[in-house]
Amino acid sequence: MSRHWLDDARNVKRLWRGFLALLVMLVIAELVVEPHPHFQPDALFGFHAWYGFLACAVMIAIAKLLGSVLKRSDTYYDRTP
Amino acid sequence: MTELIFHPGLLLAAAAPLIAWLRGPARTAAIVAAPLAAMILLWRLPQGVLWRGQFLDYAVAPLQLDAAARLFGLVFALMALGGGMFALRQPNRLEIPAAYLYAGSAIGVVLAGDLITLFVFWELMAVGSTLVIWAAATHASYRASIRYLMIHLLGGAVLFAGITGHVAQTGSTLFTALTLDSAAHWLIFAGFLVNAAAPPLSAWLSDAYPEASWSGTVFLSAFTTKTAVYVLMRGFAGTDLLVWVGLFMVFYGIVYALLENDMRRILAYSIVNQVGFMVAGIGIGTEMALNGTAAHAFSHILYKALLLMSAGSVLYATGRRKCSELGGLFHSMPATTACGIVGALAISAFPLTSGFVSKSMIAQAAADSHLVTVWLLLAAASAGVFLHAGIKFPWFVFFQKDSGLRPADPPASMRAAMYLFAFLCIALGVWPQPLYTLLPYEVSYEPYTAAHVLTQLQLLLFSGLAFFVVLPFLKRTATITLDADWIYRRLLAAAARRGISTYRLVASALANRVQALGRRWITAMNRNGTRERLFDRSGSTAGMAVWVMLMLIAQLALYHLF
Repeated sequence: MSRHWLDDARNVKRLWRGFLALLVMLVIAELVVEPHPHFQPDALFGFHAWYGFLACAVMIAIAKLLGSVLKRSDTYYDRTP
Repeated sequence: MTELIFHPGLLLAAAAPLIAWLRGPARTAAIVAAPLAAMILLWRLPQGVLWRGQFLDYAVAPLQLDAAARLFGLVFALMALGGGMFALRQPNRLEIPAAYLYAGSAIGVVLAGDLITLFVFWELMAVGSTLVIWAAATHASYRASIRYLMIHLLGGAVLFAGITGHVAQTGSTLFTALTLDSAAHWLIFAGFLVNAAAPPLSAWLSDAYPEASWSGTVFLSAFTTKTAVYVLMRGFAGTDLLVWVGLFMVFYGIVYALLENDMRRILAYSIVNQVGFMVAGIGIGTEMALNGTAAHAFSHILYKALLLMSAGSVLYATGRRKCSELGGLFHSMPATTACGIVGALAISAFPLTSGFVSKSMIAQAAADSHLVTVWLLLAAASAGVFLHAGIKFPWFVFFQKDSGLRPADPPASMRAAMYLFAFLCIALGVWPQPLYTLLPYEVSYEPYTAAHVLTQLQLLLFSGLAFFVVLPFLKRTATITLDADWIYRRLLAAAARRGISTYRLVASALANRVQALGRRWITAMNRNGTRERLFDRSGSTAGMAVWVMLMLIAQLALYHLF
């Protein structure tokens, strides 16, 4: 069985570097591309970048919180009470 | 002339028994030809009322076409085609016929000009979809299908009560725009929302759909919720309440999908999330919003089917559903992985995919209507879609830690269906004009501006960063998250059991008491002076006649008094 190029940790590291470089470039590109915001909040610099990141962090936190109350074993409904 | 027109939905439904009966290449030909014929018919039929009729005292219009109905009908038929191709190797012979009955009925709903026709097809859809779940032929799927049917029969009863009330009040059965001004219209509204998987009864979807077979879930993802979107669009566009119902569904879907371990349940919660975007669009109700809703329904059906096909292929190849037991499948299933990723990018609305050109219209409509909060929440939700469906699904199924499984890609017919839908997801994103011309209103929207592409990429890729940063918190565990279905699967069930056992206790205690009393009474009678028993004594005939006469008089008196 041949090893896939993704199995090599060095390639994964390269992918990560490329991804982070892309993120930086996307924020910098905002200086070049003419924006047309709809409201005040999205006129802030890099709005979509930090808003997207924060929104995800908040949603994961809410999910974890809800999960701590409502999580059960996946055989929960198989057992007769 | 009207008698010569075929009904595209009935055509597809009529193919169902034929497909059940045919074998071999003839069956394959029928599976492909029936939806194609329905699509050609839908394409060629003129707009307007095509069939008129009389049912009891009411005028009905069983076949009526407008732009939105054509768009929904076309994508339903296309979905039947793709799903049929994908399911060709499904050994269960009930599934495709059931799915075609289901798809044909869904087309019947969107082509219904009156509420009676709509209701008939609505219920046929419930029957068809229940049979699709049944076709998985497992104990779990049988139980899930019964729960599913209960909820949909309840929704159907609510809808029927509403329709009856509406017809009684207005004397008309025609399906026109309604407002929430009477109990009847609220009931119709509630009946529609049950099928849209809106709260509080949204759990039926993630409970039942993932129990179908590897091919059955693909069919199920498309029709019920999207016919609900269509009828809400036609009946209740611009109802403010729907904006908030939609936003709730959007975030409910994300949060539950983030906690879920079963790959197909992740995608099921994601259906609720996507339908939430559409419901919110209907609530906004402007031409841009309704165009966005219709376009999003179209592209959603295709990429959701593609995602479920890739998940179905994994299930077909490995027999496993849980993310905690999967991973590393990209090694041996490159085609499935690639198609799954295309579907994931499309649902996340990446530029050059179908989601980008459709979902952004809803956000644009919110901006145009100056709904700042709604717009901000929709943007957060778009980030959340990438999180739970765009990355989480492909990452845990195809990548993450290597599970050591090395199954091959699925057979050619399944791959062909995936390639077709993957192609459509990208083609619509690159070339949205054909989709835009199908929309109900004229489109003056350009998705590909530099600013829009840039902001969307920022939003999505930084969400991607967030995913990998918090990945340790998202580790999969063999758990489920309790949902509203717990109320009827546990709470009400326990209450019913408690009620039954209490009733039995009380009833048997009561019966014992009555028996004891009776025995005591009889023994008392027996001891009562004479040696004769109570029921052995015989009275005089004259005495008896007096008693009968007295009773007749009493009856006469009572009759005259009351």
